[in-house]
Amino acid sequence: MDTGVENATPFAGIGASVKRKEDLRFLSGRGHYTDDISRPGQTHCWFVRSPHAHARIASLDTAAAAGMPGVVAIFTGADMTGIGGVPCGWLIHNKDGTPMREPPHPVLAQGKARFVGDAVAMVIAETRQQARDAAEAVTVEYDVLPAVGMDNALTPGAALVHDDVPGNLCYDWHIGDEAAMRAAFSGAKHIVTLELTNNRLIPNAMEPRSAIGDYDPTTGDHTLYTTSQNPHVIRLLMGAFVLNIPEHKLRVVAPDVGGGFGSKIFHYIEEAAVTWAAARIARPIKWTADRTESFMTDAHGRDHVSVAKLALDEHGTFLGLHVATRANMGAYLSTFATSVPTYLYATLLAGVYTTPAIYAEVKAVFTTTVPVDAYRGAGRPEATFLLERLVDVAARDTGIDKLEIRRRNFIKPDQFPYQTPVALEYDSGDYFSTLEMGLKAADWAGFEARRAAARAQGKLRGIGISTYLEACGIAPSAVVGALGARAGLYEVGTIRVHPTGSVTVLTGTHSHGQGHETTLAQLVCDQLGVPFDKVDIVHGDTAKIPFGMGTYGSRSLAVGGSAMVKAMDKIIAKAKRIAAHLMEASVEDVEFANGEFRVAGTDKTKAFAEIALTAYVPHNYPIDEIEPGLEETAFYDPKNFTYPGGCHIAEVEIEPETGHVRMVNFTAVDDVGRVINPMIVEGQVQGGVAQGIGQALLEACVYGSDGQLLSGSLMDYTMPRADDLAPVSVATHTTLCTHNPLGVKGCGEVGAIGSPPAVINAVVDALKEYDVRHVDMPATPAKIWSIIHGSAQRAAAE
Amino acid sequence: MPQVTLTVNGKQHSVEVEGRTLLVELLREKLRLTGTHVGCDTSQCGACVVHVDGNSLKSCTTLAVAVDGCSVTTIEGLAAADGTLHPMQEAFREYHALQCGFCTPGMVMSAVDLVQKHPEGLSEQEIREGLEGNLCRCTGYHNIVKAIDAAQEVMHGRRASVAAAAE
Amino acid sequence: MYDFDYHKPTTVADAVALLAADPDAKAVSGGHTLIPALKHRLNKPTSLVDLSGIAEMKGIKQVGNAIVIGAFTRHVEVATSALVKSTIPALAYLASHIGDNQVRNRGTIGGSVSNNDPAADYPSAVLGLGATIHTSSRKIPADEFFLGMFTTAMEPDELLVAIEFPIPEKAGYAKMKNPASRYVMAGAFVSKGPAGVRVAINGAAACVFRQAEMEAALAANWSPEAVAGIKQPADDMNSDIHGSAEYRAHLVTVMAKRAVAAAG
Repeated sequence: MDTGVENATPFAGIGASVKRKEDLRFLSGRGHYTDDISRPGQTHCWFVRSPHAHARIASLDTAAAAGMPGVVAIFTGADMTGIGGVPCGWLIHNKDGTPMREPPHPVLAQGKARFVGDAVAMVIAETRQQARDAAEAVTVEYDVLPAVGMDNALTPGAALVHDDVPGNLCYDWHIGDEAAMRAAFSGAKHIVTLELTNNRLIPNAMEPRSAIGDYDPTTGDHTLYTTSQNPHVIRLLMGAFVLNIPEHKLRVVAPDVGGGFGSKIFHYIEEAAVTWAAARIARPIKWTADRTESFMTDAHGRDHVSVAKLALDEHGTFLGLHVATRANMGAYLSTFATSVPTYLYATLLAGVYTTPAIYAEVKAVFTTTVPVDAYRGAGRPEATFLLERLVDVAARDTGIDKLEIRRRNFIKPDQFPYQTPVALEYDSGDYFSTLEMGLKAADWAGFEARRAAARAQGKLRGIGISTYLEACGIAPSAVVGALGARAGLYEVGTIRVHPTGSVTVLTGTHSHGQGHETTLAQLVCDQLGVPFDKVDIVHGDTAKIPFGMGTYGSRSLAVGGSAMVKAMDKIIAKAKRIAAHLMEASVEDVEFANGEFRVAGTDKTKAFAEIALTAYVPHNYPIDEIEPGLEETAFYDPKNFTYPGGCHIAEVEIEPETGHVRMVNFTAVDDVGRVINPMIVEGQVQGGVAQGIGQALLEACVYGSDGQLLSGSLMDYTMPRADDLAPVSVATHTTLCTHNPLGVKGCGEVGAIGSPPAVINAVVDALKEYDVRHVDMPATPAKIWSIIHGSAQRAAAE
Repeated sequence: MPQVTLTVNGKQHSVEVEGRTLLVELLREKLRLTGTHVGCDTSQCGACVVHVDGNSLKSCTTLAVAVDGCSVTTIEGLAAADGTLHPMQEAFREYHALQCGFCTPGMVMSAVDLVQKHPEGLSEQEIREGLEGNLCRCTGYHNIVKAIDAAQEVMHGRRASVAAAAE
Repeated sequence: MYDFDYHKPTTVADAVALLAADPDAKAVSGGHTLIPALKHRLNKPTSLVDLSGIAEMKGIKQVGNAIVIGAFTRHVEVATSALVKSTIPALAYLASHIGDNQVRNRGTIGGSVSNNDPAADYPSAVLGLGATIHTSSRKIPADEFFLGMFTTAMEPDELLVAIEFPIPEKAGYAKMKNPASRYVMAGAFVSKGPAGVRVAINGAAACVFRQAEMEAALAANWSPEAVAGIKQPADDMNSDIHGSAEYRAHLVTVMAKRAVAAAG
């Protein structure tokens, strides 16, 4: 395109699909991931892990292993005296007001192993293979105890995962008005009941977790390099609660991180182990998981079993909702595990509907499985799947069209702000528009012709919809604190303007695929008028960044971006005073736009870079009134959650002979608030949808009744491959968030939240001639075949 | 210990290894070429794909001793000497075909081999099937497929640049 | 993995001698089954005998009315061989659908057949075409070769050198993949030719096997419909988290039908 302007800098502000700054290094093999780091004198660590789901450690003998080639040290739980366990970050209270059960989570097992993969000892050697060789020579005698799973954890007399947690019950929590719910049900025309599970998932970020502990005995400085989404949180949890290291002596670095999806939020025992042991041996220690360890020890996601009941009147208006859920915590409480099936789940059960009475009760149980915690969406996909399946079943049971029943119950645009019966107040949204856009983009009207065409080919075609809502940018601190969060949920941004006007941003958020180095730089271009290539984003190092809560819950722009805006406002305010001095004007008369300060109504201007230089070379400067330098830090605490929402439509085709479900089409129309970089937003939605389709059709974490992980490798856990998926069409429809300065809502999780019910609704629709009411995830070929086959057998028997 | 002599990205190396040393360990640990990644232990994720004598293979499932005398190209050696990106690298950037970047080196090396072996051109479905050996958790593959489609046009001389192929 | 000595002989005789000298030695060709097993420390060989340097184990040629494929012939070579494509296209098709591109660039026919993984592709072609296995010491008919899961008629120091496939009149292969591993969940290789009418089923049971009832039906009437109604008993079928024995038994019929259709 000829713009008529030579060397025009391409527009890189808000709304531009700027190519990513980070790509060149990743595409050239110059990414810098934790396992790429090699510290001088580095040793390697291998963990001895329990092969049993539940066992008392009768004896542990490391003598033979200690004499193996290359072995530097071996530590067991008995060596780890004087340190704490890995803490849980959110205290939940029971219905009766008592606190949840919070058994300790030791760094290395103390007397008992509680899941397959629970770490029993750590072996440190000169090479990784030597460490592994020696680990096999550690002799552990186990007294095997019964495994505890979701099916038997609450059964009276069940084995106890923790001796001091009766009935394996972590908490029995509730939200909403039970009496109002019961009143609504008593007057209902229809009551629709659905039992469903939300399948347990294994996150499988492509980069396995890794941690390097380093220690300088001359200064007492500890450094941890780790695959984390939030290095400051790790520093806080590990320093203050586990190892008693003050912050100024503990540096946590999370360099390039190869995907997280929630699984790298949490403080894991391996991080504490290598940090602690590095100080014991005064040498660096590296641990990198192999994929088998990732399967066994990364926190898993989802794993709910629920009974949901929806009360409706004769017009299909939702009157009340009652949800009872059992949620698996695994063997120990992971960092945010307890918040996931409560405040990130049950508060979402209003969805996009005006259901006036909602009551939800959640029992969280301990089992002899790896801890369960947040995985992309965290609680919100579970709520959305339950609700959007229930609405489809309600449409089926009442005979009302599935689109019509949704429209009748949508929160209308003029009802915002909308207070739900489950604590949240939605600020904005337009569910009618996203629905209509989705129907058009997916050619909903033309579907029956496509179904007929597929039928002629012997295929069963189905279409499914989900009109979903999520809450992200979790906050405000005071509110979540009252609900049991043990940390603030603000974010921090520092804008460091250099003397020549280039900018370094220090952000407390962390990018592990989201493209923050690009998107956050666009904010600076937009607000300060600084060219894109003059802005760099720094994240992931507690020694560089003042503080931060990291990246999860689609919060980076809504909270982290807002902190940056707040800091840039301070920069502009100070720069205006400097500009006023230079231009001999009153500060009230100085305007700032497009990187230029101007005395209003005159042609007197100063470029942003000139002000920056003056701030650092203050020869002509109001030094008595203003400090030199141009750097500002802001902490931003959100006023509310943000509420993205939208409409996802899936189209599938089933091969009845094999039960194989093929994704034919997927359409997403999302309201993620203001879009900073459309290219990145599309990519985030496509990736999230792929994980949602994975949950719906492919992925299942399966433990045997003996507590062994049956889906313990990529040979048995189905990760979506390119040919499992279809093109994903993404569109956005924006209503602005009303309470943050950018109007942004968040886009990281919408794909994984909205898509699973759309896919399963499509599968159920495809199977309608078989009288199928519900299909639990994942809809594997074997499962679909048995539904079709079972139906054929029943028909033959009749 | 066995000695392995091989050419990596045009440069000859002679390295002492154990019998059990994998090619990926040789590349990452001995030669410090850390662009090649290890994402699994069952030969499925493809993060470790490199070219050996012009064919893509999984360097985590190849013994270092088995490539004695071979010529290896890794992601670090794909761009031209002057830093000009290979059309596949350029297309991945143009189409936002990477997010966290961890699967990217293997994905790109795999895609280059796939396209080179199919001068007749690949359909969207064939590209998807051709990526069976590479897992990506971030992108949902949508943009990877688009990038490979654009790159094949350039690699086979049917278009001048990946950007042109975008239209 | 545990460490081991590494040998790279250049003749079959040398390879056999190395294997005979060390009962804990293992032969490795493409390594795509063995190396993952070694990485998981499921196997502890004292030495590995790499077969990649043995010229006499490589190549594809026609000998009379048969195609002889050297054991150290990679899947990609079989998949793209003009000779195989023109004489036994079903075999080229099968080879082109083993694993992924990188697996096909390394894996070999001899490695796959020697290993006899129940979920592997090649054993179905060997049995389904009535091939003859040439080892370092003898020739073994396919019907006597596959003894059980990961077990063949070969002795520990016996090497698979080549496989001789009679050229059939018709042959076809169809499989359902395991969604996770992409190995075979149930597959069928069917042929009609010098070795008679044969139906070999892989993936579904502990070892590749011939489906006699389907063979009889096809001998009488070579058509997909002939096998469509034949039910495979579920008794000996595998059952796991990916599918029940009943499901696999059902797939056997579906895949046999598709294989016949593919054979034409």
